[in-house]
Amino acid sequence: MMALLHSALCNLAMTMPFQPPAASSTAQDIDRLYLVLSGITIFFTVLIFSCIFVFMVKYRRRKDDEIPIATHTPLLVELTWTIIPSLICAVLFVWASALYVRNGRPPASSVEVFVIGKQWMWHLQHPEGPREINELHVPVNVPIKITMTSQDVIHDFYIPAFRVKKDALPGRFTSLWFTPTETGTYHLFCAQYCGTNHSEMIGWVYVMTPTDYANWLAGGEKSESLAQQGARLFSQYGCNNCHVPEGNGQAPSLVGVYGKPEKLQNGETKVVDETLIQQAILVPNSVHLPNYKPIMPTYQGQIDQDQMLQLIAYVKSLGSEERNGK
Amino acid sequence: MSTATADLNPAPAEPAVNYLNNSYGIKSWLLTFDHKRIGLLYLASITVMFLVGGVAATLMRLHLVEPQGALFEPETYNKMFSTHGIIMVFFFLVPSIPATLGNFLIPLMIGARDVAFPKLNLMSWYIFITGASLALYGTISGGVDTGWTFYPPYSSLYSQTHVVPVAMGIFIAGFSSILTGLNFIVTIHKMRAPGMTWFRLPLFIWAMYATSLIFVLGTPVIAITLFLLALERLLHVGIFDPAVGGDPLLFQHLFWFYSHPAVYIMILPGMGVISELITAFSRKKIFGYSFVAFSSLSIAVISFIVWGHHMFVTGQSIYAGLVFSVLSFLVAIPSAVKVFNWTATLYRGSISYEAPMLYALGFIGLFTIGGLTGLFLASLATDVHLNGTYFIVAHFHYIMVGGAVMAYLGGIHFWWPKISGRLYPDMWARISAAIIFLGFNLTFFPQFMLGYLGMPRRYAVYPAEFQVLNVLSSAGASILGIGYIIPLIYLTWSMRYGPVAGPNPWKAKGLEWTTQSPPLPENFEEIPIVTEDAYNYPAIEPHEYPNAPGVARV
Repeated sequence: MMALLHSALCNLAMTMPFQPPAASSTAQDIDRLYLVLSGITIFFTVLIFSCIFVFMVKYRRRKDDEIPIATHTPLLVELTWTIIPSLICAVLFVWASALYVRNGRPPASSVEVFVIGKQWMWHLQHPEGPREINELHVPVNVPIKITMTSQDVIHDFYIPAFRVKKDALPGRFTSLWFTPTETGTYHLFCAQYCGTNHSEMIGWVYVMTPTDYANWLAGGEKSESLAQQGARLFSQYGCNNCHVPEGNGQAPSLVGVYGKPEKLQNGETKVVDETLIQQAILVPNSVHLPNYKPIMPTYQGQIDQDQMLQLIAYVKSLGSEERNGK
Repeated sequence: MSTATADLNPAPAEPAVNYLNNSYGIKSWLLTFDHKRIGLLYLASITVMFLVGGVAATLMRLHLVEPQGALFEPETYNKMFSTHGIIMVFFFLVPSIPATLGNFLIPLMIGARDVAFPKLNLMSWYIFITGASLALYGTISGGVDTGWTFYPPYSSLYSQTHVVPVAMGIFIAGFSSILTGLNFIVTIHKMRAPGMTWFRLPLFIWAMYATSLIFVLGTPVIAITLFLLALERLLHVGIFDPAVGGDPLLFQHLFWFYSHPAVYIMILPGMGVISELITAFSRKKIFGYSFVAFSSLSIAVISFIVWGHHMFVTGQSIYAGLVFSVLSFLVAIPSAVKVFNWTATLYRGSISYEAPMLYALGFIGLFTIGGLTGLFLASLATDVHLNGTYFIVAHFHYIMVGGAVMAYLGGIHFWWPKISGRLYPDMWARISAAIIFLGFNLTFFPQFMLGYLGMPRRYAVYPAEFQVLNVLSSAGASILGIGYIIPLIYLTWSMRYGPVAGPNPWKAKGLEWTTQSPPLPENFEEIPIVTEDAYNYPAIEPHEYPNAPGVARV
């Protein structure tokens, strides 16, 4: 009988999990905070429910004409139940924010994977060249930075097992990062409603051992790296005619610009990031630099989203080459 | 436990002249300037909207019984949840307590003959009906599939559905909110009876005042936002389109600048109702009157500066996230203060458990859970995981259904004898309150678990491992649906067959209980003069106990 009950409960636990897999370096930290929050919720809910229940029974009306005893409002009581929740909130705020700030900064050693969301699929691009659709293969214990954008509406890249999520927005780049800690297969969801087949914009994340990952990389069709493809486009579109590496061309050199602030013609100072590079290619005059003539034509409609990523990867690689050189 | 309290008194006679029988015919209702009749016009119209939104919810839950979806194509399911959200938020919850109970009660509670601008009041209702009709036309003629949040560029460029009529319907209905808010503010400032000072006002009036402020300050922003959305769709001005330099996140900022305070438009009036109910059924002064009153105002103020917590995962800057997080924690404090004060009001009370009190106690419990789970979402790190999942859905339903709808039903039950002059069968009312409480928890508690497991909201199909919890939730929804239908039946029944209520069946304090039920068309024979604080129930000072007669046990 007990055995039967036990197996029934085990079956239930298998069909109805109570906790999502925790498979990234941050998942357990988030779960700890979640657990404490749940504890606070249960404590106060039980407190309020039992007060109500005790008062309901103890002070129930026994005669219609009975007169209750007055209670007055001591300031101390009001202050107590204002200050204690405030302190709890302060602690929660600091704890949650510290985690959030940490999770907002990818380690310098992260491997960067580009993601394009479009109705209704995820298009992923590894730096080594391989492309994937609705699947992401990553090696275990390596920090991965996902840099994403959208080709149409707002999507949201969500891997519950890693406790990470970020909107993929059209016209700009956002990013998140994680370090997978457990090999396995995990859900990838779109978590921002994006139209008819929103619920089918899902996929799988495969966390593999380093050997398996190396085999997977080797097994795919051979292709150039993202930056190499970008370099080819750079000369194909004639960008290199003006953006001369030595800096003496009609346009600024792009060597080492990525991640650095630039002062624009309109007085604004902006850090050169993915969004700014894309803007420079599509609407050049909006990020025009002083000391140069506004002669760059727009490439709107000529360069698709994939090529954009390749060009961005190329410009970023120029930055790192310079840094490596010094 | 008696059937209400009617059998304790000799059966009162129905008053000869009251606001319901002083004139007859459809015209006497459609052209009325009487705030009480206008309140009833709203009651009828939002009940229709609640049924439409409720049918959409029921169909959604039925669909989600199976992981592949039991009933619809995803396209239809998307229209279903959009209709549910839009109708329930803009055409039921926002007007629910203010436009029905607020209209009916504010003049009665402050000792006035009507609101400050009776004609404007009727115009608000016509504006509401125009907006609601346009929105209904949009949903019925083809539907809208953007969700109630209308995020562009999906809503502006990609959706093929009837976004413009529905958005314009909300735009128009917004003016009804603004005018109602204006009317209430002026009424509460200028029409109070002699002796009715600010700190003698019932807390329901304080809550309505705070709500009216949000109506007037917040609603224009949603109106502008939806107007821009319509312009974007019709003329493609590009304000939200990144391809021509627009910003889709700008919409989200504008939208939540209204829609977060709108959450408090929905819950503050409910809090006001609960303060009335708890005091009446424990025959006690409210514990911490000024703390409860000022927490309403501080909620109204802070609610305008927390909108960014809806956007923690949009890529807004870390610093913006930190600021909005700390402000969101801040808004939790006055809500907690209210819960503690209501609970403390019960202490040493003389408590009875008629249906309105059951709703009030249910409200406190569910609002507590709803509020505390809000802490998970104010906490930046956990919000990243829970945002956009069923956890959010569960959280805001605990506030809006467990909170606002419970309070609305509690209020309707409490003041029904005043509104209709009749009593309803209290046993049925208690049964349905219990059914609603159980059905509600069964529907929405599993959704917290679903959200933590990672199931995103607005999914027409879902992975099979989420099925058990979804089936539980759908089972709860069907129980909840039954719980909502029962009051509709017995309240309608009671209008004709219920026993006559008399002016004050609950022996409650408050000016509205000093006049006949149903009230005179002009509310009071003579304008009352107020000489005492709100909730001045007879009580024995502790030092007089135990020698005083008729005292309750300690």
